[in-house]
Amino acid sequence: MLEKALTGSGKYWGWIFFLLAVIGVGFIFYLQQLSYGLGITGLSRDVSWGFYIAQFTYLVGVAASAVMLVIPYYLHNYKKFGRITVLGEFLAVSAVTMCILFIFVDLGQPFRVMNVILHPTPNSVMFWDMIVLLGYFMLNIVIAWATLGAERKSAPPPAWIKPLIYLSIPWAVSIHTVTAFLYAGLPGRHLWLTAIMAARFLASAFASGPALLIIICLIVRSQTRFDPGKEAIQTLAKIVTYAMLTNVFFLLLEFFTAFYSKIPGHMQPLQYLFFGLEGHGKLVPFMWTFVVLAVVGLGLLIPPSSRSNENLLAVAAIAIVVSTWIDKGMGLVVGGFIPNPFEEVVEYAPTLPEISITLGVWAIGFLVLTVLFKVAVSVKEEAAQ
Amino acid sequence: MHDAGKIIAGLMVFIGVMTFPFWYNMGKASPAPEPELSQKAKQENECVEPKSFMKTSHMQLLNEWRDTAVREDLRVYVGSNGKSHDISLQNTCLGCHSNKDKFCDKCHDFVGVTQLYCWDCHLEPKEKELWAVKDANF
Amino acid sequence: MGCKRREFLKIAGLSTLAGLAGKSAYELLAPGELEASQFMSGGQALEAERWAMVIDMKKCSEQEECRDCIDVCRHVHNIPDFNNPKDEIKWIWKSPFQHAFPEQESEFVEEKLKELPFIVLCNHCKNPPCVRVCPTQATFKRKKDGVVMMDYHRCIGCRFCMAACPYGSRSFNWRDPRPFVNKEEGNPEYPTRTKGVVEKCTFCDERLAVGKIPACVEACKEKVLVFGDLDNPNSEVRELLRTNYTIRRKPELGTEPSVFYIV
Repeated sequence: MLEKALTGSGKYWGWIFFLLAVIGVGFIFYLQQLSYGLGITGLSRDVSWGFYIAQFTYLVGVAASAVMLVIPYYLHNYKKFGRITVLGEFLAVSAVTMCILFIFVDLGQPFRVMNVILHPTPNSVMFWDMIVLLGYFMLNIVIAWATLGAERKSAPPPAWIKPLIYLSIPWAVSIHTVTAFLYAGLPGRHLWLTAIMAARFLASAFASGPALLIIICLIVRSQTRFDPGKEAIQTLAKIVTYAMLTNVFFLLLEFFTAFYSKIPGHMQPLQYLFFGLEGHGKLVPFMWTFVVLAVVGLGLLIPPSSRSNENLLAVAAIAIVVSTWIDKGMGLVVGGFIPNPFEEVVEYAPTLPEISITLGVWAIGFLVLTVLFKVAVSVKEEAAQ
Repeated sequence: MHDAGKIIAGLMVFIGVMTFPFWYNMGKASPAPEPELSQKAKQENECVEPKSFMKTSHMQLLNEWRDTAVREDLRVYVGSNGKSHDISLQNTCLGCHSNKDKFCDKCHDFVGVTQLYCWDCHLEPKEKELWAVKDANF
Repeated sequence: MGCKRREFLKIAGLSTLAGLAGKSAYELLAPGELEASQFMSGGQALEAERWAMVIDMKKCSEQEECRDCIDVCRHVHNIPDFNNPKDEIKWIWKSPFQHAFPEQESEFVEEKLKELPFIVLCNHCKNPPCVRVCPTQATFKRKKDGVVMMDYHRCIGCRFCMAACPYGSRSFNWRDPRPFVNKEEGNPEYPTRTKGVVEKCTFCDERLAVGKIPACVEACKEKVLVFGDLDNPNSEVRELLRTNYTIRRKPELGTEPSVFYIV
């Protein structure tokens, strides 16, 4: 089936070469990082994770959200999702690819990465994160490829795929839960030490992933002869609405606990993020952008009239994608380190090489996504004829 | 087979590229270098283990030394000849084999095993000299 | 054709698996070549059940300009000086009381105490979060004496331990440290670190192994730092803990630090 990605219009190849160029630039900066060290990033001994891990955290959510298509389609037999479930699974594959790459570019000694397998350490959440991410990657690529191959031959999917599909449902929840546990189990990082971290992660994931899929579906419809279906997109929009409401609700719970209890350690990171602390407030404009976009997105999503208007829906989906990215990516990861264990404020901002490498990884993800979608859409176009 | 011509031509190009190093180096074979012993190593007459073992297995020994010293805090090695040595690449091994370039590098360069990260951290004798010179200029 | 290809892939896959299994089985079962050799600890090594340190801040505060413990550590461990806070490597350093003990915040605490520089270093916790999170056991707690160690050979530089440490005791090598080590005063017997690994105080494991107490303890002329076995009721540290009121950093986190402060 992969050969279908080798034929395409001039626009298709233009997009592919654009992505390759971005990857190339990122790769050059990565070589620089390899020779100089992670010092070319804005990270420090106080804020020791930043832009890379922020993308990682966000994208685990995007990957997990495929389950929002799998559950209705396979468990509730919601036929409208039949056309796009494979797209959700391929989106998950490209998101997990990016997750793995973001972890890799964040390592100080990337050539030793196999130590995680050579010296398996079950008490480390990072060890389990590796296992669930690799497993989820395999599950999705196998499931999506097999169902698509069957569709191409106009045959029902093979029987052995069913147990894998059912397995992929709890597995999707597990990847984001384990990723939340990376943060939620650390003593002394007050912003992260919260029992609803995994729940927050899942809520924001089920908003951001389907919102991204809505945007992609609209692009696919405008660029190809394959129509994901208006009703399927509307159902996605409802999922985004409920998930985003839950996400915002959970965040407000955090605010209540911190500011009603008035425990300084719990308030400080939120104060830093939203209002600035001790005269430092680099992230304040971003966090308010998050608030505004979340409100705008929900304002467009909640009334059925604007939600069913696909132009407004596109705006809402973009607002949700960007706002959840700011909140869960930058805000959560960087905010967790500020103030530092000495309750001093040391700020962080990504550098140009860091941003270029990040864009390069995103471009790899989009390349994987483009190729997989090209295959999927070509198969579906053929099947429709 | 479809496109037999293209496939066979492609295979030939592939084989040509893959075997390029062999073609390129043909007829240029040089004899394997012999590591040179420093004066001190010569006097000692024997390493921590017999020469034949060190020749084939020094890398395993170094790995074992490294893990046992750092992780188990056992820092004295008693060789099969009964002599004991402190476990230290920087001070024991290189203390005797003080000529890293003629002892280690000669063979390692020859066989192309040069991606060692030992010296990223451990000071080789030449580097040590910089440490010892009180008015080093930097 | 399709069937043949499938057969071929099956055979290739199975033979790869068999090869891998065979190799590991051989390595597992092959007899050791050097059965007569053995590893031992040096005869004069200092031993304890749980190493600990008591820092007498009453004495320390009388010598505010003194940096002996910090400087000696810098020299014996070849700690680089980047001259910027972003790349900084710290093993033992000074931090004002209000920052070293942020939870002890009090509006009316004596101004002098608030700003009083406390000596801080790795606490060598009994329940170290850094060890719990490390995915490769590159940082580990020694069973025999409780020292929280670093294996720089194994560290992959993921920095999970830095996120986990509630004391900010861990530093990362953001770049090659060697050019920034003061070679005139450095220690040619001790290695430097490589870029991309995490490092911290190890209670001078290399000195304990040859019968020496940690360099900072030895260097302090005022005997501010006292080092000893916490599990031995007759040790000097236990005597100090019996006769003085001591505090530890962030005890509410349950990490059980092995560094105590007399205030």
